[in-house]
Amino acid sequence: MTQFISLFTTAVSFGTVIMFGAMGEILTEKSGQLNLGVPGIMYLGGIAGLIGAFLYELNNPNAVGFVGMLIALVCTLVASAIGGLIYAFLTITLRANQNVTGLTLTIFGSGIANFFGGSLNKMAGGVGQISVALTSRVFCKTLTITEPLGVVHKLFFNFGYMTYLALIVAIFLSWFLNRTSVGLNLRAVGENPATADAAGISVTKYKYLSTCVGAAISGLGGLYYVMDYINGTWANDGNIEALGWLAVALVIFATWKPLRSVWGAYLFGALCWLYNFIPGLNRSSQEIFKMLPYAVTILVLITVSLRHKREDQPPTSLGLSYFREER
Amino acid sequence: MEYAIELRNITKRFGKVVANHNINLGLRKGEILSLLGENGSGKTTLMNMLSGIYYPDEGEIFVNGERVEIRSPKDAFDLHIGMIHQHFKLVDVLTAAENIILGLNEKTLVDLKGVRKAVREICDRYGFVVEPDKKVYDMSVSEKQTLEIVKVLYRGADILILDEPTAVLTPQETRKLFSVMRNMREDGKSIVIITHKLHEVMEISDRVAVLRKGEYIGDIPTCQTNPQELTDMMVGRAVRLNIDRPQAENVKERLRVEHLTVKDVEGVKKLDDVSFSANAGEILGIAGIAGSGQKELLEAIAGLQTMEPESRIIYRESDGKEMQMNGMKPIEIIKKGILLSFVPEDRFGMGLVGGMTITQNVMLRSYRIGKSPLLDQQTPKKLAEKIVNDLEVVTPDINRIPLRRLSGGNVQKVLVGREIEQSPTVLMTAYAVRGLDINTSYTIYNLLTDQKMKGVAVIYVGEDLDVLLELCDRILVLCAGKVSGIVDGRSTTKEEVGLMMTHLGKPSEKELEQSKQDETIAEEEVEA
Amino acid sequence: MSIKSEPLIRISKRDGMGRLKSWLIRLAAVLISLIINAIIIYMIAGLNPLLVYKEMFEGVFGTNRRMWAWIRDMMLLLCIAVGLAPAFKMRFWNIGAEGQILVGGIGAAAIMIYLGSAGLPNWLLLIIMAVVSLVAGAVWGMIPAVFKAQWNTNETLFTLMMNYIAIQLTSFFIPIWEHPAGSNTVGTINSVSKAGWFPSMFGQMYGLNVLIVLLLTVLMYVYLKYSKHGYEIGVVGESENTARYAAINVKTVVVRSMTLSGAICGLAGFLAVAGADHTISTDTSGGRGFIAIIVAWLAKFNTLVMILIAALIVFLDKGAIAIASKFQLSNDVSNILTGVILFFILGSEFFINYKLKFGFVNKEEKAR
Repeated sequence: MTQFISLFTTAVSFGTVIMFGAMGEILTEKSGQLNLGVPGIMYLGGIAGLIGAFLYELNNPNAVGFVGMLIALVCTLVASAIGGLIYAFLTITLRANQNVTGLTLTIFGSGIANFFGGSLNKMAGGVGQISVALTSRVFCKTLTITEPLGVVHKLFFNFGYMTYLALIVAIFLSWFLNRTSVGLNLRAVGENPATADAAGISVTKYKYLSTCVGAAISGLGGLYYVMDYINGTWANDGNIEALGWLAVALVIFATWKPLRSVWGAYLFGALCWLYNFIPGLNRSSQEIFKMLPYAVTILVLITVSLRHKREDQPPTSLGLSYFREER
Repeated sequence: MEYAIELRNITKRFGKVVANHNINLGLRKGEILSLLGENGSGKTTLMNMLSGIYYPDEGEIFVNGERVEIRSPKDAFDLHIGMIHQHFKLVDVLTAAENIILGLNEKTLVDLKGVRKAVREICDRYGFVVEPDKKVYDMSVSEKQTLEIVKVLYRGADILILDEPTAVLTPQETRKLFSVMRNMREDGKSIVIITHKLHEVMEISDRVAVLRKGEYIGDIPTCQTNPQELTDMMVGRAVRLNIDRPQAENVKERLRVEHLTVKDVEGVKKLDDVSFSANAGEILGIAGIAGSGQKELLEAIAGLQTMEPESRIIYRESDGKEMQMNGMKPIEIIKKGILLSFVPEDRFGMGLVGGMTITQNVMLRSYRIGKSPLLDQQTPKKLAEKIVNDLEVVTPDINRIPLRRLSGGNVQKVLVGREIEQSPTVLMTAYAVRGLDINTSYTIYNLLTDQKMKGVAVIYVGEDLDVLLELCDRILVLCAGKVSGIVDGRSTTKEEVGLMMTHLGKPSEKELEQSKQDETIAEEEVEA
Repeated sequence: MSIKSEPLIRISKRDGMGRLKSWLIRLAAVLISLIINAIIIYMIAGLNPLLVYKEMFEGVFGTNRRMWAWIRDMMLLLCIAVGLAPAFKMRFWNIGAEGQILVGGIGAAAIMIYLGSAGLPNWLLLIIMAVVSLVAGAVWGMIPAVFKAQWNTNETLFTLMMNYIAIQLTSFFIPIWEHPAGSNTVGTINSVSKAGWFPSMFGQMYGLNVLIVLLLTVLMYVYLKYSKHGYEIGVVGESENTARYAAINVKTVVVRSMTLSGAICGLAGFLAVAGADHTISTDTSGGRGFIAIIVAWLAKFNTLVMILIAALIVFLDKGAIAIASKFQLSNDVSNILTGVILFFILGSEFFINYKLKFGFVNKEEKAR
C-alpha cells in the first residue's frame, strides 16, 4: 500500500507537469497551430517564475510567501505567453513553417532557462544553491485538516494547489471548447480556416489568442515543476524538456480532448516512475523501464492511426498556415 | 432606379494577371441578376470582393447608395451581403446548426435550441428542408448547398450571391433551387447568380451582366435577349458550336469492364456492378452528376482503386489477345506494355507535380526508362519543348518555372500533351476542359478526335451535356454508381441523358414527355 | 454604414523572386540577428558590442586547434543535415535524428569496446564500426517509416519518441561500459591503443571527418537532384496521389528514403564517437539532431547550401561558448543566440515569398 501511495503521488506530480503542457497545446492545436515549442515554453515559464520569486525574496527582507507565489505566477504566465507570441508572430503573420519554428523555440527556451538558471545558481553561491523557500512553501502547501483521513488524505489531498488547478483548467477547457460560442469558433478555425474566415471569424486573432493563452497554460507546467516538484530551485537536468515532449505526445494520446488528458497525464506520470517499484533492477536495467512512457506513446500513435475514428482525428488544418488570398 | 449594390471602376490583380479590369456593375433591389461569363472571366473574383474574401486594388463599392469598404467577410455580413461559394464553406465535423451560428457569438454559450427554431422558420418561409443536428460530413451536396443558403439567410442577408449553384445539382434539384430563389425575390431580396449555363440565365434571371476576360461587356434585361446574343457577348464573336465528329474505321473492342464494383473506406459502394466496353476508334462519353462514380471508374481502370473480387477489367490487344487487367498495380500495367493514358480530374492532386518544372512533369511517366540509376534529362526536355510548341503553352521557361505558376489552361495543355505523347492505346480524360477558355477547349476536343481517328480508345468524362452530345460516339450514363444506360451519341437527346443521370435506366416516352412539359412551364414562367 | 479606411498593410503572394535578391534578404536577416545578438551579449556580459564578434572570431579561429574544432563540429552537423535531406524533401518529418545518432554511436562504441583488443587492423575495425552504425541508424529510421507507410502513423511524434528510447538505451549501456567504475560515464575508450580512433589525415586529426562528410554531401546532392530515386522522393513529397498515378510505389520510397536518412544519421554517430569524442554518452548527439532539422529546412534540401548554414551556426555556437567561458557564464548562452538567428532566418522567408503593400489612404480624401 505504501508503495502504491508513493507511486500514485509521484505519478500525480509528474502527471501535473505533463497535463499543463498538454492542455496548453490542445488549446493551441485546436486553432490549427502545431507548436513543437512546448518544452521551450515550459522552460520559459519555469525560469520566469523562479526569477520573479527569487528577486522578490532577495530584495525584500520581509517577503511574504503568498506574494512571492503571485509574482511567480504572473511572471510565468507573461513569459510563456511571450514565448507563444514569438511562435505566433513567426508562423501566423510571417507564415514560417510551424515544426521548424517550434523546434527553434524549444532550443531558444532551453537556452534562456538554463542560462539564467545557471547564472542564478552562481549568484546564489553554487549549483543547486538558489532557493525560493518562502514562495515554494506556498506552492507545496497541502491541506492539514484532512490528515486524519490517513490514506484518503495521502491519495487525494496531499498535493500543492496547482495539482487541483490543473484539474479545474481541464474541466474549464473542455466546457469552453464544447459549449461556448467562442470555443465553437475556435474549433472551426482549426478545422477549416477558410470557412471560419468566410463566417466572419478573425482567423488571425483566434490563432494568436489560442497560441498565446495555450502557451501560458503550458508554461504553468514548468512553474509547477520548479516550485512544487523540486521545491523552488533550478536543476539543469533536462527533465522539463523531456516532460515537455511527453506533453506533446499526451495531446495525441488524449485525442485533443482536455478531460482525457487528465488520466493520460497520470498514467504517463506513473510510467515514468514505475522502475522504482519493480524489484531487482540495477542501475542499468532500470533505464529500460524509463522507456515506458515513450513506448506507450508510440503504441497509442499506432493504435490511433489503425482505428482511424473520425472523432479522434487531429484538427484538419493542423500545421498549415492560412492565407486568405491563396490562389 | 435604386441599386442594392454598385461597383465602380473595380480592378483586381493577382501578380501580373489582371482578374478584373475597371468593372462597373449594379444590382437593383429585388431583382435576380445573372453574372454570365466563361470560366476564368473573373466572375467569382469580382463577387469575392463583395463577400470580403478579396480586397479590390482599385475602385469603389456602394451598398444602398453609400460608399463602403468591405475588408472582411464580417464587413460583408454587416452590410447584409451573403455569398454561397462554389466550394462550400462548411466545417465537416460540425452539425448544420453549429455551422449556421459559426462566428456570430450571439450568446456566450452555444444556443442550439434557438438556432433550431430559427432554422425551422426560415425553412418554412422559403420551402427548404434542413436537419439541424446532422453532421455536414453525412450530407449530400444538395443538402450542403441548402444549408449554405439557410446560413446566409439566418445572418439576415438581403443581398445573396450564388456562385455556380447548379453545377453540382440534378435538374430536379435545380428546379427546386430556382423556385426558392423566386420566393426570395418576392420577399424583396436581391440576388446575383453566377453561371455560364445559358438556359439557366434565360430561365431564372431578370437581367444579365456579362464579363469577358476580366472586362465588363454590358448588361441587358433577360426578356430582351436570346442565347445567341448572350453567347456572342460572352465569347466576343460568333463561334461554331458544332464539334467535328468523324466516323472512325475499324472500330473494335479494346477494353471490357465487367461487374466492376468499388467501395470506399466506409464500405459505401461508389461503383455498383458496372459493365461496358470501350472501343478503339471511338470516343466513349461518360455522363453523370458530379460524384456518381466517374472518378472511381477511371481510377479503377488505371489500377489506382481496390475493387471487389467479382470485378473484371479485360484489355484486348490488336491481335485479339485478351489480358486481365483487374488487380494490376500501375507499375504492372506499364510492365505488361499496356499504354494507358489518364488525364485525372485533380490536376495537381494527381496528374502533375505543382512544384516541379514542365520538363520534370513531362518525365513523370517516362523517367523510369533505362537502366541507369540517374535520370535522363535530355529526352524529356525535348519532349517538353515539343509539347510547348505544338499546344502553344505560354510559359517563360520550361526548366525553371514551377508548373503551379502557369495559368490553368496552360497547365492542362501540359497534362494532356504529356498523356497523348505516350502514344496510348487507351486514353482516359476526366473533365479535360474544366476551367479552360473556348479556344483551348476546342484544341483539346480536336486532339481527342485525332486520337480516336488513330485508333485509340478514348474515354471522355464530361460535365457539359452539349459537348458530350456533340463529341462522343457513345455515351455511358452513370447514376449513383450504377450504369443507367449506354446511348448513341448521334441519336440521343439532352432530355434523355439528363433523365438517365437522375433515374436509373432509360426513360419511357411518357417520362420524356413530362420532362419537356416541365421545361415549357419554366419558360412560360420566365415570360410571365 | 460608415466609411472605413483601407487596411494599412496588404499582403500578396510573390510570383517568385530572383535568386540573388532572395539571398540578399536572407543575408540581411542574418545581419540583423547578429546585431540583436550583440546587444544580448552586451546586456549579459557588458561587452562592447563592436568587440563581441571580434571576441567570437578569436574564440573560434584564434588557434589552429580551435579552428579544427569548429570544422569538426561543422562536419558533424552537416552530416546530420545531409542525412535528413532525403526525408525532408519527401516531407517526412524526421525529428528523430537525435536517436539515430545515438544508436549509431552505441553501435560504434560497442565495436570499439568489444573488438578493440581483438588485434584487427584499425582500418578494418573502422569499417566494421561504420557498417554497424549505418545499420543501427537505418533500423531506427526504418521503424517509424514502416508504420507511416503502412498505416499513416504520425511520423513527427513517432520519431520524437524514438529519440527518448535511444537515450534510455544509451543510459542502459553506460553502467555496463562505465570506466572507471562508479563514474557513470564511459570515459575515453581505448585511450592507450587508440583502436577505432580516426587516424590523422593530411596531417590533421579531423581530416577523415572532412573527407567523409564532404563526399557524402556531394553524393547526396547528386542523388537528390539527378537520380531516379531523388526524383521519386520529390514526387512523393509533393503529392502521394501523383506518385501513385505515376506508378511509384509510395511505401517503398518512404521506407527506402527513411532508411537512408537514418543510416546517414547513424553514421554521424560513428563520426562523433570514432572521429571526435572517443566516448559515448546521452550528450553525444547534444541537440544537433534538432538543429540539423533547421539547417536542412533552411537550405531547402540543397546539401551544398547546408555547408554554409552549418558553418554559420557552429561558428555562433562556438563563439558564444568562447565568450561565455571568458566571462564565466553558462554555455547555454549559445542556444539563445542560435535561437535568435534562426528566428530571423525563418521570418525572412516571408519577405521572399510575399509582397507587402502599404496603403496610405487618407480617410477624408476618400470620403468626398
